[in-house]
This record gives sequence, structure tokens and C-alpha cells, in this order.
Amino acid sequence: MKKTAKILALVLSLILAATCVFCLAGCNKTPEKPEEDAFKVGFIFLHDENSTYDKNFIVAAEAACKELGVEYIMKKNIPESAKCQEAAEDLVESGCDVIFADSFNHESYMIEVAKNHPEVQFCHATGTRAHTEGLANYSNAFASIYEGRYLAGIAAGMKLNEMIAAGKFTAEEAKMGYVGAYPYAEVKSGYTSFFLGAKSVCPSVTMEVQFTGSWYDEALEKEAATALINSGCKLISQHADSMGAPSACENAGIPNVSYNGSTQAACPNTFIVSSRIDWTPYFKHMIECAKNGTDIEDDWTGTLETGSVVLTDINTAVAAEGTAEAIADAKAKLISGEIHVFDTATFTKDGAPLASYLADVDTDANFEADTEVIANGYFHESEYRSAPYFDIDIDGITLLN
Amino acid sequence: MSKPAVKNHEPLFHVVKRPAIPTWQSLLIRAGAILAALIVAGLVTFFLTGLNPIDVYSTMIDGAIGTEKRIWNLLQGIALLLCVSLAVTPAFKMKFWNIGAEGQALMGGLAAALCMILLSDKLSPALLILVMFITSVVSGAVWALIPAIFKAKWNTNETLFTLMMNYIAIQIVSCFSFKYSVPKGSGSIGIINSISKAGWFPSVFDQKYFLNILIVVILTVLLYVYLKHSKHGYEIAVVGESENTAKYIGINVKKVIIRTMILSGALCGIAGLLMVAGTDHTIATDTVGGRGFTAIMVSWLAKFNPIMMFLTSFLLVFFEKGAIAISSEFDLNNSFSDIITGIIIFFIIGSEFFINYSIKFREKEEKRK
Repeated sequence: MKKTAKILALVLSLILAATCVFCLAGCNKTPEKPEEDAFKVGFIFLHDENSTYDKNFIVAAEAACKELGVEYIMKKNIPESAKCQEAAEDLVESGCDVIFADSFNHESYMIEVAKNHPEVQFCHATGTRAHTEGLANYSNAFASIYEGRYLAGIAAGMKLNEMIAAGKFTAEEAKMGYVGAYPYAEVKSGYTSFFLGAKSVCPSVTMEVQFTGSWYDEALEKEAATALINSGCKLISQHADSMGAPSACENAGIPNVSYNGSTQAACPNTFIVSSRIDWTPYFKHMIECAKNGTDIEDDWTGTLETGSVVLTDINTAVAAEGTAEAIADAKAKLISGEIHVFDTATFTKDGAPLASYLADVDTDANFEADTEVIANGYFHESEYRSAPYFDIDIDGITLLN
Repeated sequence: MSKPAVKNHEPLFHVVKRPAIPTWQSLLIRAGAILAALIVAGLVTFFLTGLNPIDVYSTMIDGAIGTEKRIWNLLQGIALLLCVSLAVTPAFKMKFWNIGAEGQALMGGLAAALCMILLSDKLSPALLILVMFITSVVSGAVWALIPAIFKAKWNTNETLFTLMMNYIAIQIVSCFSFKYSVPKGSGSIGIINSISKAGWFPSVFDQKYFLNILIVVILTVLLYVYLKHSKHGYEIAVVGESENTAKYIGINVKKVIIRTMILSGALCGIAGLLMVAGTDHTIATDTVGGRGFTAIMVSWLAKFNPIMMFLTSFLLVFFEKGAIAISSEFDLNNSFSDIITGIIIFFIIGSEFFINYSIKFREKEEKRK
């Protein structure tokens, strides 16, 4: 018994000694490695390339870092839990100068790490708290993707018109289906702008929305899309990140307006067009600011003009004739300010047009509406903070759950 | 059916049970296994990714202990895993297969988190931590007590019972993380009391994990003494070896089962408290993160010896942190770190076979003559 204890003690002390040696070796190594001093960007992604949402970020991050010639470390499949804090702290330990996270619920963990590391910049897409948190090294970013969805909606409306003209169904039956992740403003703003885009060319259109309660659940998304198709939806779009909805559409032969990137390769017979945010302009901005030591805005909103909001190539085999021209025309008008996506003349709530709306722009515990966002005849989306705050349930859209 | 030609055929090798071997020899076998694991993992890395194995291993060491902060993180990782492993050990020694540590720790953590959410403005910070401690211990203990009572009274299968209790705990946590989610409806609670830090373990010597590590060190010593040198510990060992012997010498088996499971659950509750109040400051279904299952391995490999469990959890956490560093440094998929950890664990478990059995090869013909 005593012998065992002695051996144990010996092993324990050996391990400790080994740990110390490794530690010293590690510590000594640090100043020798030149790359430790090099500018480094850290990225935290909710999923990996298999999610269309994250792939969109990953591709942009690689492009921006390559173009600017900076090193980067990517951490993928980081859930929206304390794992995010762990990942961010590890990126700080690895010498990152600016750290970016891509998912909504990463925010509170990013803020926590930002508080403890004022020397590092923390940037977070889709978050809402930078402008109220008062941290110099924490900022939010998003893009006016509602403009992109509006344009994609035009393509959807024209496709509906084409099918009505071909006698496949009547104008009254022109119903679209939408698979949404969560009933957040981000999703509501997205499907409402998509709906308004379609309505601008096909006035009789209606839409049904089914939420899945998950950003990425292929089976659920497929099931939701199939249920919508079975209830008579003639065209499907989605705001969820798997291939669930597009592949359900391809199986059923129902046209699909996608999100986050082209799904044409997998769905050649049903894919029309997809809107997406190109994060490259933001990543370049973020990296350059961090490198030069200039402040990054609390809220940065990419637009059609900055090249942040883009549409993929149109699948001419499926899209209605003249879609490209109609989109180009509307895009020019959106940029010039001639038309607005959330023009209060184009939609009603409970049968009446809206003249005033208080939105919850400043995140607080009770989700109190605090800012008047309707002025000059339209809803000013993404102007008071980058993340969307349009959360009105307008007429013509039915929420199924 | 016998063939005359192979009448005297002896197989190429056969397996023989070893007599107990000296500790140094078994340690040598284990060290050899780890070495072999590293070589195989290195080869796999090289052939799958084309990376230089030496670079990969230096990244692994750097990722686990490369900076002072990482050493603290490593110790913290060991502390949390060791705490859950300590918790399952008394039950295992009694041959009560408690595989519900995940759920018991989760319930302990949930109790702590709910106190932080609901009582932070009603109690003073010190009192809040005390209340959190009590509720965590009680919650963990109750979660373990339920299957224990069923086992003692009706001899239900504790493996299935404790396993299923895990899923119930996960659903309960998921329910509460929806109820108290920030922002509402997101299903994620986020950092609790981020500004007031109420219910957070204080930093000691400027180290936020110091208290966690200290608590687990104390628990390790206490449990070692409890199992080796107390009457309770002896009773646990006897019940584990033979229930009939235990009955014969007048041990109340039911009482021992229930008492030991309460202890096991209470320790899991403490582990949950350390995870919530001392580490994450939030609760989610992945707070325990599979430690409840990894702990089973830690405890077994260490032959239920709390001091040895430090070594086994050190190994597992070291390789886990190292493997994560490899996958992010070389931009490999997360699954790669799982593959590396899997290979290493396979060899560590495999080495147990060679400690208990030896392989005898067929002797050459001439030699026999």
C-alpha cells in the first residue's frame, strides 16, 4: 500500500514537472515566434460550411483576409452558450486583434469577453446591444438585407404572374409559403420585405409563414416546406439555413426563392434567385479599422451601394421573362430613394395604413418600444441600429404557428 | 470431424490472464499505450491531412499549456471533469451503475442558475452563494435519490433509470432556458447578472477559476479518505463485492445504496454549481457537456481511486484541449479533434487489456524439442 502511494507521489511530481517544462517551453517559444506579433483575426461561427448561413460568412472571411493579407483563425460549430465565451477567450489567447462572431445569441458572451479584454476589438453580426452597451471595443454589424429580399420578392411575384397567365391557378390562389426560423424581427423584416416585393408586381398575392424554432434543422425545414406546399402554396421562400426547404421544393416541383446563396446546383428545376449578404465589405472595413486603430462604428449597416446586399445569378430556366430587368430597375430606384421597401402606402395592419410605430430599438429587459420609426411615409428599417427591428404583422401574411 | 494433420496444432497465440502485476509495470504499459496512441494519431493526421505530425503535436501542447492562461484553463477543465468523476465513484464502487451524472449535475447547475436569476436582488451576495450551494446539492441529490429508492425497494434497473433521468433533466433545463431567455423567445439565457455579478464565484489571487480548483482538490482528498478509511467506505466496498456477504455480516444494503447515491448526487450537484457559478454564469443543455459520461471512464480507468482520477482526467482534458487547438490552428473540421481524441482514448482503454492479460505466442518447433 505504502509502495503504491510512493509511486503515485513520484508520478504526480513527474507530471507536475513535465507540465512546468512544457509551460516554460511554451512561454519561451512565444517571443521567438514572429507570427505571434502579426495582425490576426479570429472568427466564431455557429456551424460549419454545411450551413448556408455560416458558409456565407466563411467564404467572405476567407476572401477579406486573403485580400488584406492578414492571418486568421476560425472556430466553427460554436454553439450559442458559454462555449462561445470559451472560444472567444481562446482566440484572445492566440493573439487575435479583432474577433468576430456570426450568430445572434453569441452576443452576451461576446460582450462578456469584450469587457475583460479592452485591447481587442469584438464585432458581432446581427446583434442589437452595441449602441446601448457603451463599450468602445464592441460593435454590431448587419446589412439592409430587406432590400435584397424585396428584389427577390419581385422575382417571386413575376413567377406567380407567369403561372397565373399560363392558367395554372387564378390570381386569388396566388399564395406563397415561407419557412422562418424564429419569430424575431430579423425574420419578420425579411419575410415582410419579400412579401412586399412580390406584392409590388402581383397585387393579389398572400403568404403563409411557418416557424421551425431553429436556425438549422434540415428535417424540420423540409417538413414545414412540404406542409406549406400541400396546403396550396405556389412558391416557397425561406429564412433558415439548411437545404431542407429548397430540396422539398425540388421534390415537389415548386419554385423556390432562396437565401444566403445559390441553391441552383442542387435544385436546377425550381431555384429562381437568392438574396444574400456579402460580408466581404464589412470584414475588410472591420479589419482595416482594427489594424489602423480607428474606432469601428457601434452599428454598421451594409447596403446595396456598399455591395453588401447582393442577389445571385437568376436561374433563367425557372424565372419569368423580364425578371432581370425588373430587378435592375427596382434596385436603381431603391438606391436613389425613389421607392422604399416599407412604404406605408403599400401595406396595412388590421385594415388601416400605419402612420406611426414605436419599435424596440434599444434592447432592454422588458422589450419596451422606444423609438418612432415611421417618418416621411415609410418605415426606417436598419437606420437606428444595424439589426432589423421591423416586427409588424401586416395584412396578407398569415402566421401558422 | 477432427483432422489428423492439425491434431497437435497450437494457435499462433493465446491469451492468458495475468497475475497481479507490480504498479510500475502497469504504469509502463499505460505509458506505452499513450505513446502508441500518439504515433497512430500522428500517422492518421499525416495521411489524412498531409500535415507534419511534429507541428501538430507542438500545437497540441501549445493549445493545452502554451500560456499561463491555458494552464489555468486546463486545471479548470480537469477540476470540472474530476468533480463529476468523484461524484460517480462511490456509486460505481458499490457496483451501482449510475450513468445519470450528466442529469444530476445539470439539475444542480439549474438550481444555482435559478437562484441567480430569482434571488439576486433579494439576498446579499454571500448569502446568495450559500443558498445556491444548498439548492444545488439538494437538487443533485434528489435526482440521484429517485433511481436509488426504486433500486432499493423494487430492484429496478439503475442503468436505464439513471440514463433516462438525464433526458428528463435536459428537457427541464431546456424548458427553463426558454422561460428566462434573453431576448425573449430565443431559448438562450445568456450571461446571468452580467453587471452585478451576483452569485458569481469571486476571483481569488486574480484567478477566476482558483476557487473551483481549490474546491475540487479538497473534495478529492475528502473522498479518498471517505472511501479508504471510513466505515461507510468499507460498507460500499463490501456491497460492491458481494451483496450477500454484505447482508451476512449485517450491512443494511438498502440503506447503503440510498446513502451512497445521495452522496453521489450531491457531489454532482456541486459539480453543477461549479459549472454555473464558477465557470459559465449561465445554464444551457450543454453546460455539463458530456462530462457525466466521460466521468465514467475517468473513474473506471483510475480503478475508483480518487487520486489516480486526477491523472486520468488530466490525460483526457489535456488531449481534448490539444485536439481543439489542432482543429482550429490548422483549420480542420471539428470532427478531426474528435478523431484524435477517439484514437487516444481507444489506446488508453485498450491498455487495460494488456494489464490484465498477457499474450503467449506459440513456441517454435525446435525450441520444444
